[in-house]
Amino acid sequence: MRVTGKGLINRDKQISFSFDGKSYNGFEGDTIASALLANDVRLMARSFKYHRPRGPLTAGSEEPNALMTLHSGARQTPNVRATAQEIFSGLEVRSQNNWPNLERDVMSVNDMFSNFLSAGFYYKTFMWPRAFWEKLYEPIIRRAAGLGALSGLHDEDMNEKAYAFCDVLVIGSGPAGLMAALTAARSGADVILAEDDSRFGGRLLSEVEDVDGKPGHLWVDDVIAELSAMDNVRLMKRTSIVGAYDQGTYGAVERVSGHLRGAHADAPLEVFWRISAKQSVLAAGALERPVAFPMNDRPGIMTASAVRSYLNRWGVAPGKRVAVFGNNDDAHRTARDLAAAGVEVAALIDSRPDSGPSGDFPILTGAEVIDTKGRLGLKQITVRTNAGMQTISADCLAMSGGWNPSVHLTCHMNGRPVWDDKLLSFVPKDGAIPGMTVAGAAQGVMSTAGALQSGLEAAKTALAAVDAKVADVTAPQAEDAAYNIAPLWQVSGKGRAWLDFQNDVTTKDVKQAAAENYQSVEHMKRYTTQGMATDQGKNSNVGALAVLADATGRGIPETGTTTFRPPFTPVAMATLGAGARGAGFAPQRFITSHDMTVKAGAPMIEAGLWYRPSYYPEKGELTWRESTDREVNMVRNHVGITDVSTLGKIDVQGPDAGAFLDFVYTNMFSTLKVGRVRYGLMLREDGFVMDDGTTARLGENHYVMTTTTAGAGEVMKHLEFVHQCLVPDMDVQFISVTEQWAQFAVAGPKSRVLLNRILDSEIDNDSWPFMACGDVSMGGVQGRLFRISFSGEHAYEVAIPSRYGEALYAALLEEAKALDGGSYGMEALNVLRIEKGFITHSEIHGRINAFDIGMERMISAKKDCIGKTSAARPGQVAQDRDRLVGLKPVTPSQKLMAGAHFYNVGAEATRENDQGYITSVCYSPTMKSYLALGFVKNGPNRMGEKIRMVDALRGVETLCEICHPVFMDQEGEKTRG
Amino acid sequence: MVNLVAKSPCAALLPLSAGNVTLTEQHPDALTSVAPFAEKEVEVSASLTVTHGVAYPAVNHAVGKDGARAIWFGQGQAMVMGGKVSDDLVQLAAVTDQSDAWAVMRLQGASSADVLARLVPVDLRSSVFAEGDTVRTELQHMMASITCVGTDCFDIMVMRSFAKTAVHDLHAAMKSVAALSI
Repeated sequence: MRVTGKGLINRDKQISFSFDGKSYNGFEGDTIASALLANDVRLMARSFKYHRPRGPLTAGSEEPNALMTLHSGARQTPNVRATAQEIFSGLEVRSQNNWPNLERDVMSVNDMFSNFLSAGFYYKTFMWPRAFWEKLYEPIIRRAAGLGALSGLHDEDMNEKAYAFCDVLVIGSGPAGLMAALTAARSGADVILAEDDSRFGGRLLSEVEDVDGKPGHLWVDDVIAELSAMDNVRLMKRTSIVGAYDQGTYGAVERVSGHLRGAHADAPLEVFWRISAKQSVLAAGALERPVAFPMNDRPGIMTASAVRSYLNRWGVAPGKRVAVFGNNDDAHRTARDLAAAGVEVAALIDSRPDSGPSGDFPILTGAEVIDTKGRLGLKQITVRTNAGMQTISADCLAMSGGWNPSVHLTCHMNGRPVWDDKLLSFVPKDGAIPGMTVAGAAQGVMSTAGALQSGLEAAKTALAAVDAKVADVTAPQAEDAAYNIAPLWQVSGKGRAWLDFQNDVTTKDVKQAAAENYQSVEHMKRYTTQGMATDQGKNSNVGALAVLADATGRGIPETGTTTFRPPFTPVAMATLGAGARGAGFAPQRFITSHDMTVKAGAPMIEAGLWYRPSYYPEKGELTWRESTDREVNMVRNHVGITDVSTLGKIDVQGPDAGAFLDFVYTNMFSTLKVGRVRYGLMLREDGFVMDDGTTARLGENHYVMTTTTAGAGEVMKHLEFVHQCLVPDMDVQFISVTEQWAQFAVAGPKSRVLLNRILDSEIDNDSWPFMACGDVSMGGVQGRLFRISFSGEHAYEVAIPSRYGEALYAALLEEAKALDGGSYGMEALNVLRIEKGFITHSEIHGRINAFDIGMERMISAKKDCIGKTSAARPGQVAQDRDRLVGLKPVTPSQKLMAGAHFYNVGAEATRENDQGYITSVCYSPTMKSYLALGFVKNGPNRMGEKIRMVDALRGVETLCEICHPVFMDQEGEKTRG
Repeated sequence: MVNLVAKSPCAALLPLSAGNVTLTEQHPDALTSVAPFAEKEVEVSASLTVTHGVAYPAVNHAVGKDGARAIWFGQGQAMVMGGKVSDDLVQLAAVTDQSDAWAVMRLQGASSADVLARLVPVDLRSSVFAEGDTVRTELQHMMASITCVGTDCFDIMVMRSFAKTAVHDLHAAMKSVAALSI
């Protein structure tokens, strides 16, 4: 029900929205909860476990009850807090966790069995029979669990991540936060003021009180106007600081367009900010705690501060006849505000015996509410007074059990809050977050005047830490009443008394946990689920541990709190993962021939971040094997070209370049002649192979190292480490030139013929023998030519500055076609290298040393190198290690499977009998057989032996013969030809 | 003789604009990485002063102007933009032609720092990162070099093969910032 003359909503702008299919009107500035209450809708949700009817408990982001689903289709968003979501025209809201509807929810049958569903129910009930858990119980429980549901469709909303920096981050914009921001801003500091709410002001928007001689909300407007005119201030409303992390970094979620109708298509729904602040002021205020009295969860029962918020900020009376129950002076304030607004106050029930009348309404002192009635909404309460029982009819009950300072962020780096006996709550521990000062109610300063002064002082502390001069600022006049509170943790009586409304945890559950010896607060939490999930103990933490303390005969400080973890308010996974959806997950790297390759119909496969052609299908070819076999034959008989630009290329220069390479490679490079290329093997410190590739000597002090595609970054890091940490005195520099050069392999008997049609000056076998390198000119552009081969054929790699990459590829392809050749892809490249016994990272997979691949003689005896000592350890050169061999099926058409293991003929295929495994497999059109490379125990000494290949996963078994890993042209005649 | 046509890294990708921000490709005459050998920095600096009118840049700094600029590019490295360096420089430093290795883009406009704040984890506000400041950092999830070359004007360099993703990410951030200011 709206109250005339109250509220900060814009009554000139009416907004229509729907809830469960029914249309309602609200005003600009309303939340879903305030608008529904204004329409006398109190029932908004069903509880998690018992499906109890529920209405809003609070008026802010801490809401445990009024969770709803927004929108439909792909944009469906579950578990949105109705107390924080602003309404807009056309907004579609639905209740959740009920069937067939909110009023008549079949699952509320759970409530009738609540005696059986208390804490530990699952653990005790579903233990037997054991097999039932996975097959029956868990699926049923999973189906019943949870509140709202996702649509199951692909999320279409766009979210974003961003970074911000400031001197002082002020968290919260109540009196303390505003005063802190104002002081810091006037002093010239870079300030970010973050406010979770849609409007700045905190409690000043919800209370009837003056600041600086004017209504609190007008003082807020003045301060915000001043701050927004300053260049050094960034005002961030609808921004929740969700976590405090190392080095002054804070996580924050800004709600950008979820409150707007028809937001711009490019505007994100939310932005996840990482705010880096030199100093921060936590002015997050306090949260009022409910009172655990019997049947305290009915729609219409809410915190007293929420009732004042609905009344004073949104102009809504949450009931026609309101009762108030509390243990502190805020209960009186609530009754006074209601009475002043003309709302009938049924009674003020104060648990303190010494409390006196404070307004024109009935007051019951030393009294407690012990029962309530009303199935879908509160109708009546029962009060126990010194004079006996009394029933009072009321449709709203405002309760106040005192305030809990919002210490959550101070606990995110393992700080534990400290118990304050006077406030009856936890307050932050000093210095819990480096660089953070806590102010106002978050620090336990409960009056407005105190909060303003505390905000000012906190700003001074922050400013001193960033060496800023403090401007002359004084705190304005404001209310300075004392905070009088007496303990009231639970009210005895029949019926359940809820502590955690979101997880349906009652005082009985906590007592049961204690009785079953879950006496540690952390154990109690897990046994009862109190304070779990998105709630993170915001509403129930202190109440629950007070009950636990009572049940275990300990004090509250000894009992302690559970850990408050980030995020402070729930964060959507889509927001956390902003920008990383689909192709946004990783950047894409494209070769210069990419467009032409895709146009030719080649499927692209990822190699690192690169995209490389798999094969080039031709007309009539139905499988990749057909294309691959053709490409292999084409290279073996004619000529093929493929883009090898993705291989890492590192330019190494300096007077000590040769010595440096000698140190990082197992073999010698300082002796390599200028204009020649050498294959190199690189070990890690532990003696295992790190990477391999060729290195060319272009000048006296100038080398170009080639790495594998995937190993490029690792090798670069390794070189930096070696240079900076192991041999800092070596005068050598290196830089990646991978991207500078587009490089193409030209392989096959006709490779030189093809090249001579492209090169400005022809080459021959004498001018360019095997392993020669040097500068060449193509179309007047200077490039580089390396005579190296990864196929076993007479082959070259030709490099040109990348801007000409596409053009050179096109020219090479045209000439290749004229010679019955063409492009070949990664599949053919793989077949060619397996036929020739060349290794890749499939073989050098991290557990393989030089001895295992038969390259132990490449570790030069004449010099030291990284990994040399480790590689010489006895275990590293044991004959029975898994060592590289070739494998072919005894029947050529029988399949070999990558990843399959070997067992001796006649031996059972068990782990104990394992003889090795396959690393690479291909069908060789050259040998007309499947071929494989793999590792077999003592392999090189078992040539010709038969061995069983068993692929247990895919159910394939093949009898193989162990053979030399080089299947063709072992003398290398073709390569040198 | 074969006829080879050059293609720039951002060909067909740029220019783009959104709101008050534009993204264009830059085409420096040459890009040369210069990494001085031991104790040769002063001599390298002298050589660059002759050829490009700029000194060897200090850490996180860039010197010069469009046409001749030296950008600090990492430990012991500078990227020289503009004409060719002296042939003699190879005696003093590792000199490597990088003209084709990097995509060079210019982000310009009143909201350009806000755009970069969506992608770069470094404080690029003008009070902190002004003309002549440079940083090697991340752009979304690729490494980049970012240099402030004027008021609300940044040169962004990413490895050539990343150009398409970089342009996509920058454009998305530009559109988002533009949408927020409407």
